[in-house]
Amino acid sequence: MSGDLVVRPVGRQALLVELPDADRTGALHAELLRRRAAGTLPPVGEIVPGARTILLDGVPDPGPLARRLRDWDVPSAPPADGDVVTVPVVYDGPDLADVAALWGVAEDEVGALHSSYTYRVAFCGFAPGFGYLTGLPGELHVPRRSTPRTRVPAGSVALAGPYSAVYPRATPGGWQIIGTMPDPSALWDPARERAALLSPGTLVRYAPLPRGSAPDPAPQSPEGLDLPRSQSAADRSSDGEGR
Amino acid sequence: MTTKLTVTRSGALTTIQDAGRRGLAHLGVPRSGALDAPAMDLANRLAGNPKGTAVLETTLTGCALRPDRPVTIVVGGAPCAVTVDGRPAPWGAPVRVPAGAVLDAGPATGGLRSYLAVSGGIAVDPVLGSRATDLLSGLGPDPLAEGTVLPVGRARPVPVLPVAAPWPAPPAELVLPVRLGPRADWFTEDGLRTFLSAVFTVSAHSNRIGLRTEGPALERVAEGELPSEGMVLGAVQVPPDGRPVVFLHDHPTTGGYPVIAVVAPEALAAAAQAAPGIPVRFTPSR
Repeated sequence: MSGDLVVRPVGRQALLVELPDADRTGALHAELLRRRAAGTLPPVGEIVPGARTILLDGVPDPGPLARRLRDWDVPSAPPADGDVVTVPVVYDGPDLADVAALWGVAEDEVGALHSSYTYRVAFCGFAPGFGYLTGLPGELHVPRRSTPRTRVPAGSVALAGPYSAVYPRATPGGWQIIGTMPDPSALWDPARERAALLSPGTLVRYAPLPRGSAPDPAPQSPEGLDLPRSQSAADRSSDGEGR
Repeated sequence: MTTKLTVTRSGALTTIQDAGRRGLAHLGVPRSGALDAPAMDLANRLAGNPKGTAVLETTLTGCALRPDRPVTIVVGGAPCAVTVDGRPAPWGAPVRVPAGAVLDAGPATGGLRSYLAVSGGIAVDPVLGSRATDLLSGLGPDPLAEGTVLPVGRARPVPVLPVAAPWPAPPAELVLPVRLGPRADWFTEDGLRTFLSAVFTVSAHSNRIGLRTEGPALERVAEGELPSEGMVLGAVQVPPDGRPVVFLHDHPTTGGYPVIAVVAPEALAAAAQAAPGIPVRFTPSR
């Protein structure tokens, strides 16, 4: 691992570890979790993976950890034998035709192709339970829509750049929507032991459902995530889900 | 029987806050919690509450409450006129509010955010270990509205403390000590010099997510965006318009704009009390 990572101080009590690619980032993330579970990692408040970085926040004495990180021997790939979460999808999204055109396939082949890969949650952000899933090959990466939607319904399965994601709740968004997860309440439940279905490192398969098999549209349970909030879309930060 | 508080005037934005949610940033959960944590802590201490007890955080215009049983309330943080049924009551010290009387914390006469600590604490159900309202992700209770009824926990005896508690005055000018990085190299020497020498002002668009600034734009070496990376409290993010934004407690956990520097944590309470129009300077610190 030594030599290909850059460690940048972030304020007084955090470090940003920069890696050459998403695979190495995933590998170091898995190693950090292993060491924390084994009790061999110095105290760290938050371990936050990004696209090609890992933020270690709440580190009382970051200097020694920064020096030691470079000498770690990290297996080159994260273990692929973890539990795989299955996300059922009805491929009925409004951007299906556009994505089919970009991929050069028929509209009804998008679902088969999209669900043929195993994905991995590279990192989370944008909203609680929103995971950025990598695993789509480079030739299937699509740009974001030129005009974002003011409201993307909860459960939307969408694509942008190297990522695929499922929206845990309705938010504005600029990704290409190709399908719907019928019951998005499974994605995020703060009352559950594990609030997020998808956390960094989780492996994911999409399972295509026949069209018309989903309640129409995503169910809006009173306990679900679509409760109106007084916060307006304009009050959200400058951070978009596209980065 | 639980004591209840009825909100008779919710003010511009009044939220329930405590020490916030920790250890969940990797799931996209902001830390949230009181923006002026020292003010919350002192108000709780004067009200006889353990550290981290949930309080109310007002914004600029205060709020008013009517308890259904006698309670003790401490109003601190941003200075404001306090009345009980229209009669003046002390700010920054315990106030006994009779059942059915209305305690009104008036508009801030300086600063932005007042804290109301009720003996026993605001006892709404916690979400992910905290009762804090998180405006970015919508976790925790909604901001208060007129008619909202809040449960109060069991009060402990209010301690006898010195009458003159050390409340810091709201800043007339905000000086934020920063450490450069992690993305200071995205800015030109000119941009860095501007950042550390110019006088910015607090923008009226500031909120619990970030303290936005107005002033000269910081020049970048390259355009484009960073791949998303983790963000810390106090990060100074610079969006494409070049105006620094200081991330406060409801900030997003990951973001794609470069962070030029990080503000020392002990300076963030003053940042929470800096009203729009106040001058802001960023100064280097160790």
